Amino acid sequence: MHSFDFATPTSVSDAVAILAKEGSNARLLAGGTDLLIGMRVGRATPGLVVDAKQIPELKQYKLDGNGLQLGSAVTCRTLYEDSAVVDAYPALIESAELIGGMQTQGRASIGGNLCNAAPSGDSIPTLIVLGAEAVVIGPNGQRNLAVEDVCVAPGKTSLADNELLLTINIPAPAANSGACFQRFIPRNEMDIAIASVASSVVLSGDGSTFESARIALGAVGPTPIFAQGAGDLLAGKPVNEASIQEAADAAEAVATPINDMRGTIEQRKHLINVLTKRTLREAVARAKG
Amino acid sequence: MSKVHVTTTVNGDEVEFLAEPRQSLLEVLRDELKLTGTKEGCNDGNCGACSVVFDGTLVASCCVLGVEADGKKVETVEGMATPDALHPLQQAFLEETGMQCGICTPGFLISSKELLKSKPNPSEEEIRFWLANNLCRCTGYDKIVKAVQKAAAVMEEA
Repeated sequence: MHSFDFATPTSVSDAVAILAKEGSNARLLAGGTDLLIGMRVGRATPGLVVDAKQIPELKQYKLDGNGLQLGSAVTCRTLYEDSAVVDAYPALIESAELIGGMQTQGRASIGGNLCNAAPSGDSIPTLIVLGAEAVVIGPNGQRNLAVEDVCVAPGKTSLADNELLLTINIPAPAANSGACFQRFIPRNEMDIAIASVASSVVLSGDGSTFESARIALGAVGPTPIFAQGAGDLLAGKPVNEASIQEAADAAEAVATPINDMRGTIEQRKHLINVLTKRTLREAVARAKG
Repeated sequence: MSKVHVTTTVNGDEVEFLAEPRQSLLEVLRDELKLTGTKEGCNDGNCGACSVVFDGTLVASCCVLGVEADGKKVETVEGMATPDALHPLQQAFLEETGMQCGICTPGFLISSKELLKSKPNPSEEEIRFWLANNLCRCTGYDKIVKAVQKAAAVMEEA
């Protein structure tokens, strides 16, 4: 690995000052399960690595009536070992439990998964359908953006070099709502998604009608894709297989996958259709409790 | 790039070392502290041969920087046996032939120790799920799973 300096700011303001000075020469280190590996193969060559984990705000999370305020360096394992988070956000836990194995989950964070901006990032479709917001801070202050506006290209985010992700804020689940994340991989564990889908739904009180829905796709485009039209068309539709099939077809239509060693365009588009149906059915089941 | 002075606790002993920021915890353990029980396999977080317990959490030490260990606690395979006896997991791996070439074994032992701390009586599925980040190219895993089950039974009785 190339040589670099190491900084351990203990406050957000110190980290912001370091990033303001260093800009693109600095990289933030959360779990390191992407950054350190990228540095080892020369894909990233920062002159300064800034440890995010000494900053209390980034290592904390708060679950209350407003939802989940998730510090950007909180690990996947921390989340799925908290039964209150597991109960409130089963789809988020489905993502957190799929990112690598135990050794990775003990270090890797949801914030890091988002900022790594992989098209296949397992938590990103889930964050999108849960309506999460990214709270970003830089020298000009704090701004909030929808999670679907964070990833702009493979490995690239809309965050400036001098900005850092403070928290991911996920709203409290609405009444009669449910969400689900599924991915397809050729083995049982520890692989990169060939395709993935997250769905969330809000149903009418009697469970007969979709009030609203959100669908997001992974590994079928240069970024995770918010299939907004596919979710929106469910609003007002009856909860049945015909509605679900219509949404799945619309989701498949906005998938723009590539052929590569993991899968073909044809397979990936087919998988989006299948996974959209499966995740919608499960989201409906969860909404009905 | 100046070296950083790091004070940490390894297997209960306080140790100090000088590390370049680019050295992984794995490199520091092996090259600076001469604790060569922890093995390098893939060096990119996939194989689990370098597994250690870092600040109470199972991690791949190739994906941790040595300088991150400052003020933390590290547990390696060298800390498992006592002068009088092997750890029940080590004894069970021996009795069940849960190893052949042995490169993956320290990682499996550390991961299994953490598994049994979290789930003292795991199902076969739980064992295989927990150990999915540890690869063995010799045994086919069945013998490792049996060894973990045996150790769990021994530790339950104790």
